Amino acid sequence: MPDKADTGISRRRMLRRTGFALAGVSSAAPSARAAAADLPPWMLEQGAPVSENPYGVPSPFEKSVVRITGGKQPFPTSAHMLTPLQDLDGIITPNGLHYVRDHGGTPAIDPDRHRLLVHGMVDRPLSFGMDDLTRFPSVSRIHFLECSGNTPLYKSGKPDWSVQMTHGLVSCAEWTGVRLSDVLAEAGVQPGAAWMLAEGADAAALTRSIPVAKALDDAILAYAQNGERLRPEQGYPLRLLLPGYEGNTCVKWLRRLKLGDQPFQTREETSKYTSLMPDGIARQFNFTMEAKSVITRPSPGCGPKQPGFCEISGLAWSGHGRVVRVEVSTDGGAIWRDAALQDPVLPKCLTRFRLPWTWDGGPALLQSRTTDEKGEVQPTRERLLAARGTHYYYHYNAINTWRLAPGGEVTLAL
Amino acid sequence: MRCNILLLAALGLTAAAPPPSGGFGRPATPAEIAAADIDVRADGAGLPPGHGSVAEGSALFASACAACHGDQGQKPLTGLLRLTGGRGTLATANPVQTVGSYWPYATTLFDYIRRAMPFPAPGSLSDDQVYALTAYVLRLNDIVPDGTELDAATLPKVRMPNRDGFVPNPDDAH
Repeated sequence: MPDKADTGISRRRMLRRTGFALAGVSSAAPSARAAAADLPPWMLEQGAPVSENPYGVPSPFEKSVVRITGGKQPFPTSAHMLTPLQDLDGIITPNGLHYVRDHGGTPAIDPDRHRLLVHGMVDRPLSFGMDDLTRFPSVSRIHFLECSGNTPLYKSGKPDWSVQMTHGLVSCAEWTGVRLSDVLAEAGVQPGAAWMLAEGADAAALTRSIPVAKALDDAILAYAQNGERLRPEQGYPLRLLLPGYEGNTCVKWLRRLKLGDQPFQTREETSKYTSLMPDGIARQFNFTMEAKSVITRPSPGCGPKQPGFCEISGLAWSGHGRVVRVEVSTDGGAIWRDAALQDPVLPKCLTRFRLPWTWDGGPALLQSRTTDEKGEVQPTRERLLAARGTHYYYHYNAINTWRLAPGGEVTLAL
Repeated sequence: MRCNILLLAALGLTAAAPPPSGGFGRPATPAEIAAADIDVRADGAGLPPGHGSVAEGSALFASACAACHGDQGQKPLTGLLRLTGGRGTLATANPVQTVGSYWPYATTLFDYIRRAMPFPAPGSLSDDQVYALTAYVLRLNDIVPDGTELDAATLPKVRMPNRDGFVPNPDDAH
């Protein structure tokens, strides 16, 4: 909490400095009207100067709304930070709260020195500066981005894990960029080119192989995020955005695209981001994030303070397209009721759902289950584990359960 | 749908109205392509000239890698995965995924070391040193014998134990 007394003193000092303090009107003696009406102190003096924050910041009373790290991360530059979903409303993630996963730290790239090379199986290898790229026609689209390691619950989880811990590696932004299909058309993709290597300009020089069909479908070379240029930790000045695909494929600090006739078998698509099945065979090229939802309130740390009306609200998404339905259960899955979907409902985008509920004060098991336009229904944990085993690690999308206790405490139940 | 997209692309068309062609960016020079084109494919395409031996890799590993990975690649720092061991565990209740037990291609080792290792100083190794470290890590996993020297011709021929252990995700086929 900020020190309100200090804030008041500094403002009065500032007023004196700027010559606005009025002689004979003492701030130490509240007027009769103020005392009678019990007016709050912020109505008895001028607030902060309009120009105090050229780049605005949240209220100091919101300073607990921040990203956090999950678990031990021995290398601070190969680490992640989670979005505080329990504190957010609507579907847009503020840029300072978008989740982060770096493999070699966040580079500080001078956009005037950053270039994108497009080569390999193309007719005309091209080099683009940022000014060259932003001359292409731009598009703005709202899409979620989810780390494929989001929701690490295949093996276990802790009862006190918040929704930030369990689901905070998903975020959503309005991304502005140029269509990758336009850029590739300029270079001329050759027949037989089926895969595209994307490489970042970070210390990891992270690389992934992307199907050319996806690159020509809805891929964006994004340079802006929620109206401003990308944040450094989101790939400034340029990132690949592949709507619906796992976050790791959306290569940040994009410096190179190489077209080829086969996948490049990089470390991030062999050793990592592959999923081991119970028979010892691993699934490779797991791109699309499946239908998924979670209740963000009530959730651990955000339980109802008293019985009575309690809106159940959360987020649903699918990498296959639009969310068409979200059902909510308060009894562990015996009875399901349709939640209302808040407009806008966009493809490959977070969708906010809400259900009015009256809590009787007794124990409850809160769940949400979404269905996407492909017809995929979010599975139960039992069904997911039966299909994939417990060493799959990535792409966990099972129905989540919050246990609400009579006192209002909420914990994770598996 | 995908076929249509590919066909349109082959014809130089996209579903949305494309911008007028020409005048975007500039031709990439052979020199700048060569400088940036560092990826190595599973068939060995992209491997540079040079060579390195298990013995050379052993000495270099001790000074450049062991602090994080352990002198035998066996005891990494907390949070790091082992480089060695785990053979035969993938279908068990406690799979251990390492270079030797899990990685399908030896060329990936070269590509990754060259682009991202050592962690505090990526890009600081010569191609000869990367060949040597690749040889040593493969030796630690009993995939190549002592005395092995690797180069662009021999590295792609190294067959990894889990070479056939991967299938494309059936729900995400492209």
